Amino acid sequence: MTVILNEGDSAGTTGAASGSPVDAAPDPGKAMTRGRLVLIRFARNKLALVGLAIIVGMYLMAFVGPLLSKWTYDQQDYSAFLEPPYADHIFGTDKIGTDMFALTMRGLQKSLIIGLLVALISTTVAAIVGAAAGYFLGVADKTLMWVVDLLLVLPSFLIIAILSPWFRGKSWFLLVLMLAAFQWMITARIVRGMTLTLKEREFVKAAKFMGQPARKIIAKHIVPNMASLLIIDATINVGSAVLAETGLSYFGFGVQSPDVSLGTLIGGNAESATTFPWLFLFPAGFLVVFVLAVNWVGDGLRDALDPTSTRVRRKEKKNTKEKAA
Amino acid sequence: MAGFLLRRLVNYVVLALVATFLAFTLASATFDPIGVLQQRNPPPPAASIEAKKRDLHLDQPIPQRFVTWMGGVVQGDFGRTITDRPITDELGRRIGVSLRLFLLGITIGILFGVLLGVVSAIRQYKFSDYFATLFSFILLSTPVFVLGTLLKMGAQGINDSIGSNVLIFVGETTPGFQGNWFEHLGDRLQHLVIPTLAIALGQIAYYSRYQRSSMLDVLGSDFLRTAQAKGLTRRKALFKHGLRTALIPMATLFAFGFGLLVVGGTFTERIFGWFGMGDWLVTGISAQDTNITATVTLFVAVCVLFSGWLADVLYAALDPRIRVN
Repeated sequence: MTVILNEGDSAGTTGAASGSPVDAAPDPGKAMTRGRLVLIRFARNKLALVGLAIIVGMYLMAFVGPLLSKWTYDQQDYSAFLEPPYADHIFGTDKIGTDMFALTMRGLQKSLIIGLLVALISTTVAAIVGAAAGYFLGVADKTLMWVVDLLLVLPSFLIIAILSPWFRGKSWFLLVLMLAAFQWMITARIVRGMTLTLKEREFVKAAKFMGQPARKIIAKHIVPNMASLLIIDATINVGSAVLAETGLSYFGFGVQSPDVSLGTLIGGNAESATTFPWLFLFPAGFLVVFVLAVNWVGDGLRDALDPTSTRVRRKEKKNTKEKAA
Repeated sequence: MAGFLLRRLVNYVVLALVATFLAFTLASATFDPIGVLQQRNPPPPAASIEAKKRDLHLDQPIPQRFVTWMGGVVQGDFGRTITDRPITDELGRRIGVSLRLFLLGITIGILFGVLLGVVSAIRQYKFSDYFATLFSFILLSTPVFVLGTLLKMGAQGINDSIGSNVLIFVGETTPGFQGNWFEHLGDRLQHLVIPTLAIALGQIAYYSRYQRSSMLDVLGSDFLRTAQAKGLTRRKALFKHGLRTALIPMATLFAFGFGLLVVGGTFTERIFGWFGMGDWLVTGISAQDTNITATVTLFVAVCVLFSGWLADVLYAALDPRIRVN
């Protein structure tokens, strides 16, 4: 048993080392840590870097942008109704003379905050619940798997939409909790599967036999070993949370007035998109570019953190082949 | 084999029942259909409010209401809307409208998605592969309510440049259209093009990504080399041995994709003014109508589960290893 495990381990490490000859050499003076390796791999992926820049830029823009603009979202310019973009209103104005740039930034703020919070909450819940189910098994595990199956049948969009009359007029944070409550299941299932294999590993068994309580084993030994998965998952979740929120808000089932999100802006202006395109194109453009950037970063992280993921392996295989030729 | 499929079918029927029960309960608990009536000005007499409550069975506990409704469903009666119209009358037409849109969309989506994925895999890292990757990345980041509106704008542009209304993007038929059978067909096709495209484009992007990676896994396998070594042409080996194997993991994806599509169809139907099931869901929730909401949920659950079951059948048909177990 141990022999096989060791063999597997050493094969894994040598495979990774020989598979990435570029990483091994850059600075012989410094020891190669995992963090540096991940960083170098991530930095090699141009699309991921562009995505990261876009995400950081958008968060900055959403919070700093309104300060630089001379219009605020609750101001109306009575000399400009439904004006297309020009120097004074760079994104144009809507039918009551509100500056579209100020509105879009306000919607962007809300959507980005909701996306970030939902991702953090749902990934945390997924890690805890999945690890607990995989570690303890039994009834907790059975219930979890059943809930996952059920929620695959009953889409979250439907449930949140049904519940929307209940949180109408209350804080948007309720929407965050609802979105998070329906986004953890699939990740929890993956975490559970990984926990099943992790708990058979020597270090977990050692901790167990040394008398560590289950709570500590999960927090200190099992969850940190799935950090890569959780980071990737949290990233992707930001994108899907923003999509879910905008989708609900589009129908008025999500963010409620007086709050504004990209979804309410898109939903409110979709009808007039053919006649006054700037009302629709700016919020929609921000949404699409943001989700695109999140997906690129997610892909880059997957390639960088998970050396067994197919894309890196293939690319490296190709690289080595080219070198050999 | 038959036993396996039967067991899965029973499992799915139970899940569909639970899902519908949950939706019914949540809807009954959050909706307040009387509130709309009470806010009318002048306020209706107390007696008529009481009568309405009795009509909607609001005097009964929720589980009993569900049993009453389900009893009707078994006999083909889905209850009445708040405005006291039988749901069953409208149900058939709406299902027809939705299925026409979804089935066409998903068929085109699967066909072209698989084709695009296979071509990308065979010509990996060529220009066409990069182009397909970029195309699907952008489309996957574009929610259908943005894509739909963009297509509308595009169609408007095309119509304007041609000078006649070729692509119609409102409704499923022209109201009061006169003509023979053939002209009717033409009219429906004119209405069908843009909404179908809105659904199919996203599906193509989604499936092509998975098909590409599943095909890449197969391309490196030994049996494909063997097939070519024993004298098959590359094309024959790829399509008879490669594609068939690569399609196996896709079967589940197709099935759940259809389930997701039924929910996503809500947006498509609303944007293009099709009065299908998705449109009904939004109407039902906005009117706080429990019976409509529960009926649509049942429809969604049946669709998801039927396609899940179909995936089981497909899996068994494609992969002999399943049949043995």
